[in-house]
Amino acid sequence: MLWRLCLCLTLLALPLRAEEVVAGLSQARVSITANFAGSEILVFGAIKREAPIDEVPLNVIIAVSGPATPVVVRRKARQFGIWVNSDAVEVDAAPSFYAVASTAPLSQILSNTEDLRHRISTPRAIRAVGVTDTVADTENFTQALMRIRSRQGLYQTDPEAVVLREQTLFRGSIALPANLTEGLYTTRIFLTREGRVIDAYQTAIEVQKVGLERWIFRLAHDHPLIYGLLSLAIAIAAGWGASSFFRYVRS
Amino acid sequence: MQIYLPIAEVSVNAFVLLGLGGLVGILSGMFGVGGGFLITPLLFFIGIPPTVAVATSANQIVASSFSGVLAHFRRKTVDLRMGVVLLVGGLIGAALGVILFNYLRQLGQVDLLVRLCYVVFLGVIGGLMFIESLRAMRRSRRAGGAPKRRQHNWIHGLPFKMKFRTSGLYISVIPPVLVGVLVGVLAAVMGVGGGFIMVPAMIYILGMPTKVVIGTSLFQIIFVTAFTTLLHATTNYTVDMALAVLLLVGGVIGAQVGTQIGLKLKAEQLRVLLAGLVLLVCGKLALDLLLQPSELYSLGDGSGQ
Repeated sequence: MLWRLCLCLTLLALPLRAEEVVAGLSQARVSITANFAGSEILVFGAIKREAPIDEVPLNVIIAVSGPATPVVVRRKARQFGIWVNSDAVEVDAAPSFYAVASTAPLSQILSNTEDLRHRISTPRAIRAVGVTDTVADTENFTQALMRIRSRQGLYQTDPEAVVLREQTLFRGSIALPANLTEGLYTTRIFLTREGRVIDAYQTAIEVQKVGLERWIFRLAHDHPLIYGLLSLAIAIAAGWGASSFFRYVRS
Repeated sequence: MQIYLPIAEVSVNAFVLLGLGGLVGILSGMFGVGGGFLITPLLFFIGIPPTVAVATSANQIVASSFSGVLAHFRRKTVDLRMGVVLLVGGLIGAALGVILFNYLRQLGQVDLLVRLCYVVFLGVIGGLMFIESLRAMRRSRRAGGAPKRRQHNWIHGLPFKMKFRTSGLYISVIPPVLVGVLVGVLAAVMGVGGGFIMVPAMIYILGMPTKVVIGTSLFQIIFVTAFTTLLHATTNYTVDMALAVLLLVGGVIGAQVGTQIGLKLKAEQLRVLLAGLVLLVCGKLALDLLLQPSELYSLGDGSGQ
């Protein structure tokens, strides 16, 4: 019964979606190895449609978002002649990485209400709902968060990184920096026309430490005592090794 | 060659780390210090998170002190009994230091504490050493034996006296334990071995003979920094093994080169140079605190973490 209802709804819904995104990624998994120096993800796809191409041009937005974590933004102030951290604002969830690539500047191709609904632009992707009320200018703190992460290459906005050919084929690239954290990176592709989102597609990129990196990280978190002892053993072995090696060389 | 550090979660150039380890190794070989007071600020400078820098430096000091103490054991210049007494204080201090470190980390003031500690201690020690060695240089130029001062002060009136045969001392255990506690707190908070505080304290406060001071200080530093490393590893998960190994390789080679350079210079010249270096690091850190930073905001982990 339920299944049939679903089918009916799907059939009803289909004709409404006149244009659909079909997309793929050059890689669905990014491995952080010891010599990881960043990676480039190619996002490509096409627009599937039954009807002839509409007169009004289409636009494509690609948004890649890393795992969101709470972040404390602190501001320094001068106290007793030195600069110390004073005010702080906790942002509930800020993605560790956020990149928006599009065919044109977001302000031209996306309306404010649609941005609010889908949380596409960087300020919208940062969730600061329950910000503390001790600070009056929380706006400055979220802006500082974006400024600092942009400088580290973690937040990127590129309004020309996506190329759309013949209103049908598109391709864009996202540069993942070397200072990446592990997790599932949600990749969303939006199709917009006159500021409205007409279709969206979502997939994920898995970013994972592999090999030695993974082993060290897991050991440090799962068996911290063994990890600590192992670090000490390495240190003592290196100290002893160096001492006896150079003694041998000199004699 | 870029290398991704698994705990610090940043990618840095491996040769920069090797070079950094080597540079600090040369200095520690020349001057007989652990070099922790240099390596921690330098790690901040290349973008390693402060918590990881402090914990990993402690691990690196274990290696350089162990390498050094072996040489002193061979020359029989380690006062084991004094070392153990200092160690008892040191372990208590290290535990207190890690608690303090975690408390301030929650308040967001750990950066400030670490920097203030550096400015105050480096400033005081560097200044004293500079004045003292300038005087020594002037004295030696005028030619004439340096006056030996063997003071009998309040230290000798304290209870719980103990015999330290290697040092030829019969003093109360309270001052060494207190010195140990102080160094332990510093080791945990600043990521340093504390040799630059311990050595003058042993000579001027405890009155130990200079020849056993360095070996004994290294002996106790190994245990205190090892303990600190373990505490940081189990409570904060901030010891980065990959970072430590790269620093170690550079440091261990640098230390041997530094020892050779050190043999060619005079003791007073060495001390003036070391004092100048300490004051330089201190000045840089002090300026950072006093001048308006270009970025007033900083990011930290959510309080839930």
